[in-house]
Amino acid sequence: MNAAHIEPLPNPLRNQPGFTVPPALEADLDELITHYPVKRAASLMVLHAIQEHFGWISQEAVEWTARKLELQPINVYEIVTFYPMLRQQPMGKYQIKVCRTLSCALGGAYELHKHFCEQLGLDARAHGPQTTKDGKFTVEFVECLASCGTAPVMMVNDEFHQGVSHAKADELVAKCK
Amino acid sequence: MPQEYKLILRQTDEPGYTPDLECYLRHGGYESLKKALALQPRTLPDGKSQTPQQFIRQEVMTSGLRGRGGAGFSCGLKWSFVDRKSGKPIYLICNADESEPGTFKDRQIIYKDPHQLIEGMIISCFANDVHLAYIYIRGEMPDGAKLLNRCLQEARAKHFLGKNILGSGYDLEIYVHRGAGAYICGEETGLIESLEGKRPYPRIKPPYFPAVLGLWMCPTIVNNVETLCNVKHIVAMGGAEFAKLGTPNNTGTRIVSLSGHVKKPGYYEIEVGRVTIGELIHDPAFGGGLRPGRSLKAVIPGGSSAKVFKAGEKFNLKGKEVAMLDLPYDFDSLIQAGSMSGSSAIIVLDDSTDIVEALANIAEFYAHESCGQCTPCREGSLWMSKALHRLSHGEGRAQDADYLLKIADNIPGGRTICAFGEACAWPVQSFVAKFKDEFVAKGAADEARRAKEHSLPAAPRLLAAAQH
Ligand SMILES: Cc1cc2nc3c(=O)[nH]c(=O)nc-3n(C[C@H](O)[C@H](O)[C@H](O)COP(=O)(O)O)c2cc1C
Ligand code: SF4
Ligand code: FES
Repeated sequence: MNAAHIEPLPNPLRNQPGFTVPPALEADLDELITHYPVKRAASLMVLHAIQEHFGWISQEAVEWTARKLELQPINVYEIVTFYPMLRQQPMGKYQIKVCRTLSCALGGAYELHKHFCEQLGLDARAHGPQTTKDGKFTVEFVECLASCGTAPVMMVNDEFHQGVSHAKADELVAKCK
Repeated sequence: MPQEYKLILRQTDEPGYTPDLECYLRHGGYESLKKALALQPRTLPDGKSQTPQQFIRQEVMTSGLRGRGGAGFSCGLKWSFVDRKSGKPIYLICNADESEPGTFKDRQIIYKDPHQLIEGMIISCFANDVHLAYIYIRGEMPDGAKLLNRCLQEARAKHFLGKNILGSGYDLEIYVHRGAGAYICGEETGLIESLEGKRPYPRIKPPYFPAVLGLWMCPTIVNNVETLCNVKHIVAMGGAEFAKLGTPNNTGTRIVSLSGHVKKPGYYEIEVGRVTIGELIHDPAFGGGLRPGRSLKAVIPGGSSAKVFKAGEKFNLKGKEVAMLDLPYDFDSLIQAGSMSGSSAIIVLDDSTDIVEALANIAEFYAHESCGQCTPCREGSLWMSKALHRLSHGEGRAQDADYLLKIADNIPGGRTICAFGEACAWPVQSFVAKFKDEFVAKGAADEARRAKEHSLPAAPRLLAAAQH
């Protein structure tokens, strides 16, 4: 059989032409790798660091990480495609994550999520992360953020917010420049 | 009068208490570590000698400490299972994944008193001859990870960590490892796989008991944040003294996370078994009761995986009838009542709650979080969630209640690799069994509504179609 006739499997990873890891970042990663007797164990931490720097994880980033940790790309790919926090495409500059789990739902999380979507012109009923056209905001539901006593809770990027009223939500959006 | 009893959180909420080393030292921090490292080998009455490490492990056994992560397994016993003869390194991992819905106790320790955790960890590592340990913290606590890193740095600078700790000759390194938003990483073998840099697919037991075949197939101890903090207090006060806190077989304190429909949700540290569920919900020292005009409908007593209690339920505890609200909040009573204290998270539901929607919310969590290795769990959690989604969106059927039970009954009981199978089935089994009339009524109402909507206009259409 001619290999040329085989349709390639769809690859959810995107390309990032010109991907290079700056020396300072690579030095940080090298230090991270020393935390483990087996290099592979550093992969999640390395991917976190790469995502923090680039905002998402591309095909090139996966391949680079695999080379760095002496793995096959599939070993890195399987991680990127499993963990909800790892992103396979660029996200909004401000990522709004609203907890949807029971205690927050009882505390108005669904109304809060809807409020964000309405304010930002997004579809509250769509599945998964929704990003505004200008790429400024991504809004999504996440599962319990371990602060159920101060529901509803949410994050804007790495910043955690609790007891979020709609007024407070508007303030948070206004602060995002 | 039921009261809080603060052991772990004794200082954290004092005004002016900060998470840095200076503040911790001012409050007697790292004294227990010094005490542990200064222990000398001793000779027991039977002539055998006991190393300081064995002594601490014995104290933990004496203390009766049970794991605070969910299963409530004896910490001393767990440590005794560690394979110390294999010649392989022994690892310790602090489970800081805190992701059981309803639970927010470890967050308080990590963010407000991280050095207490670090001290507890160092002592636990010393007691188990561990030289490399990790704190696995959930990805959604980036500030917590940064804070822990800073505190570990502070501890290294003071020689509480690193080579030759405080001149004792004992070496230990602790690193922070971040998760990335997957609940299954809280399950100890999933956590180990995740730390190894793989998908967090739980391992099957036997043979993969962490105490024997854990991280990199070496003996490994996985303990919860709160459990490890307790070790510090056991060394400080002695195991026997610690065992006087709480109630027999349910010793020490627990930090209870209280959320949902109470006036004062929050975290409350209590002596285990000395406060009842009713007191936790209604007493002014704790939840302060329900909102005005509301009555209690249900209580989820140990994180979302725990079987729900219905208001007014009564249980038979050792031949005595006990009302649900009078259950002492401990490990054993809740198990006898058919549920569990799990991660000590209580979610209160008042009569404004749509019980079908509440379960639909929980089921969606499990459908999202199943790792997908085992068919009953992967498919079952999704089917249950879909059925509940239908039922809570006007598309239900009267038979859905039985359908849900049939699925839920076929997931747990050794059909899956890890206890997630139980965790996703228990809420469905208990909610549907205890509130069956509401599930059936909702499905029946949907059917009736649909029949009415479809019968008139649809019939002539179908007839017309048939004639063509
Ligand atoms: C699905 C699942 C999720 C779990 N999540 C957590 C968690 O987030 N934190 C935790 O400490 N233990 C969690 N556990 C329990 C751990 O597997 C393990 O029993 C615990 O960390 C042991 O520590 P302990 O003995 O100190 O309680 C979970 C268990 C299961 C089955
Ligand atoms: S029971 Fe569920 S979560 Fe656990 S290993 Fe099986 S599929 Fe994964
Ligand atoms: S349910 Fe939202 S933080 Fe736990």
